[in-house]
Amino acid sequence: MPDDGDYRITMENINKTFPGVKALDNVSLNVKAGEVHGLVGENGAGKSTLIKILMGAYTKDPDSGDIKIKGEKVDIDHPLQALEYGMAAVYQHMKIAPELSVAENIFLGRQPRSRGLIKWNEMNERAGEILEELNMGQIDPRQKLRELSNVKKRMVAIAKAISQDVDIIIFDEPTAQLAEEETEQLHEHIRELSERDISVIYISHRLDEVFEICDRVSVLRDGRLVITKNIEDLTEDDLIEHMVGREVGDLYYKEDIEFGDVILEVEDLKREPDVADVNFELREGEVLGIFGLVGSGRTELVKTLFGVHEKDEGKIIINGEEVDIKSPFKAIDEGMAFIPEDRHSEGVALTQTVSDNCNLVRSLLQSNYGILNRSEEEKIARENVEDLDIRTPSIFQKLRYLSGGNQQKVVVAKWINANSEIILMDEPTVGIDVGAKKEIYKLMAELLKQGKAIIFISSYIPELLGICDKIITLSDGRMTGIKQAEEATQEDLLYLATR
Amino acid sequence: MLEKLREFYGRHTQRITFLIILLILWTLFSLFIPRFFSYANFFNLARRTAIVGIVSIGMTIVLISQGVDLSVGSYVAVSGVLVGSFLTGARGFPELPIPLAILATILVLSFLGFIVGFSIHDLKVPSFVAGLGMMSIARGLAMVLSGGRIITGLPREFTGFARMEFLGMPALFIVLLVILLGGGFLMSRTKFGRNVYTMGSSKEVARLSGINLRINTYAIYILNAILSAIAGMLLAARLSSGIPSEGVMMELDAIAASIIGGTGLSGGEGSVYGTLMGAFLIGSLQNAGNLMGLDPFYLQIVTGVVIIVAVALDQMRSQQEA
Repeated sequence: MPDDGDYRITMENINKTFPGVKALDNVSLNVKAGEVHGLVGENGAGKSTLIKILMGAYTKDPDSGDIKIKGEKVDIDHPLQALEYGMAAVYQHMKIAPELSVAENIFLGRQPRSRGLIKWNEMNERAGEILEELNMGQIDPRQKLRELSNVKKRMVAIAKAISQDVDIIIFDEPTAQLAEEETEQLHEHIRELSERDISVIYISHRLDEVFEICDRVSVLRDGRLVITKNIEDLTEDDLIEHMVGREVGDLYYKEDIEFGDVILEVEDLKREPDVADVNFELREGEVLGIFGLVGSGRTELVKTLFGVHEKDEGKIIINGEEVDIKSPFKAIDEGMAFIPEDRHSEGVALTQTVSDNCNLVRSLLQSNYGILNRSEEEKIARENVEDLDIRTPSIFQKLRYLSGGNQQKVVVAKWINANSEIILMDEPTVGIDVGAKKEIYKLMAELLKQGKAIIFISSYIPELLGICDKIITLSDGRMTGIKQAEEATQEDLLYLATR
Repeated sequence: MLEKLREFYGRHTQRITFLIILLILWTLFSLFIPRFFSYANFFNLARRTAIVGIVSIGMTIVLISQGVDLSVGSYVAVSGVLVGSFLTGARGFPELPIPLAILATILVLSFLGFIVGFSIHDLKVPSFVAGLGMMSIARGLAMVLSGGRIITGLPREFTGFARMEFLGMPALFIVLLVILLGGGFLMSRTKFGRNVYTMGSSKEVARLSGINLRINTYAIYILNAILSAIAGMLLAARLSSGIPSEGVMMELDAIAASIIGGTGLSGGEGSVYGTLMGAFLIGSLQNAGNLMGLDPFYLQIVTGVVIIVAVALDQMRSQQEA
């Protein structure tokens, strides 16, 4: 547990101005020795900027106060220098070499050598010792990083940091792609770090995590520090209020909507090796949740429904008629939409404008001799921007310059314009902030009221319980259960998903 | 009105800036190089740029789709040989009237383009490699079909086209303009164009949005082959012969014109209008150099420098934006 000794890190009155934007305004942050310090705030609140200044990736404005590490005033202007002061960071998108082994990654750039040749045995042995000491003995130092699960990759990053005699580790959204179980494993390792008197700065969008492992928490909003408090003195509602600057009420949003006809039936759907025994019905106005750990086949299931993969057996029945879906185009033609997990590589065309992205699917469904009706498209895009509150300077802005939440809204707009009836959503709220999440939920309610139906994948059980009507569980490629959301509990679902 | 103008500039900043640079360059050349600013010289410049310009437009479309096609230079050669052979009935070819000879050449080249598209989409060969393979296949074909010799004796009605002029402009340049406007319309106003941009941005996004990757990939490479065929036939008309060794390194000129004109190698961005300006920039530099009596080998060096500088400037600009 942390002692109340001197601060290990003090950042005083830090300012940072980008052209036209004050990204940080007099922000002060203190981190004690051996504590887990949560850093929360909505997207654009300044968390990353603050950390980048600490790590030397950005320079602070000259009118800022000092940064002190262990009482010593420092001027860090290069990330390598941060390492000299004992700081390392584990990022959401890991900077690792996937084709190199665990040991090579740990010792990258400082492999034990003799006469220019790497001493492989010594390196592997030492890596093994480090992993063993950190209770990560199940990781083989000779394995390629690519072959490891996401959580093990992060453990390797931790091991690498520890082996460099680091006493401050920064985690930036470390659990973004982890399943519940893996998140817990990672948290255990973080607690161990704290016992070793290592200070941890923990950035996360998931407030339950913050409450689970942080000792103190600092909230940033619009570039200003709102509070720093002991976690015991805060409730989840307080924290959200500080982050958003107003009361948001419930985290989730769901309206009572009367169900219509059965729109989709799935019978004994099977696709080797990831999908088997899947049976469910979906009605107009209904949200079906899918819960499963990473690797349970949940993404493969929706991709099979959407025609990305061909099914081996079973029936897909839409509006009472069996359909044979062999390609995404056929699925779209049958009224399906798919909002994928990885927005950047599967959801939006980053080099294209808001207008192009909004109209992409809609125009494919119309013939018009292959010619686009630009003025109609621009009108529709303007309506989308208005209705969904997409924050963009113009409908001709390229998608890559929009924030994650706004990009996600464009993906939703794309399918609304295509008039899809059944909307498949794979982790649609990952990596977007609390306010934008709620807007997505509200949008879902709007669609449901129009008689559409939604299939919603999430690895976060409270979210599923908050917005779904019923939830199916997947484990190891099979469907293991179906529960009404009102009756289900966190334990039930976890039990079913690990069966 | 001013608002509209500003929005237009915002959307086309890069191309407008480029056009201004090109105009400044022409002004400088006109001031300091005698004979540069003359009808005869611009006529010459337009005619020279036409053929590589047409090839570059095809290349731009391929680059926007995040591919590259190295076979265009060889396509130009084989098209010249084919049309020459069909027109003269050389080496056992059937002697065809001009429209049929042109059509037959386009059909053969479409088939070659199809093979490239098929290799890329169905056989999963990277476009660089597929193009490298076709570059060799088409060059070999040009040599085999012609027996390695220049095909001469093309009918005057065919070769005469290259010397014709309309509205004071060379006919070759008119063809380029028609293709440019057609290409511009295709890329910005049709589903096909948007499909190409989307595929260039991310193949997976395109597939999950219902775009048929197979058909569109075939179409892109067939279209590129057809444009090269047109360029090859125009070149044959201009040289009054089908030359199997023509078009060497033309793929590099086409890529250079595209990237100077703002089309990236990472796909999803670029325009055929930019490419035309890129082609004119290279053409003008070479033309100015010739007029000043500079050694053409130096010109090659200058062209290389321009390519790197143009792309470096563009990188700086996009980093500022981000």
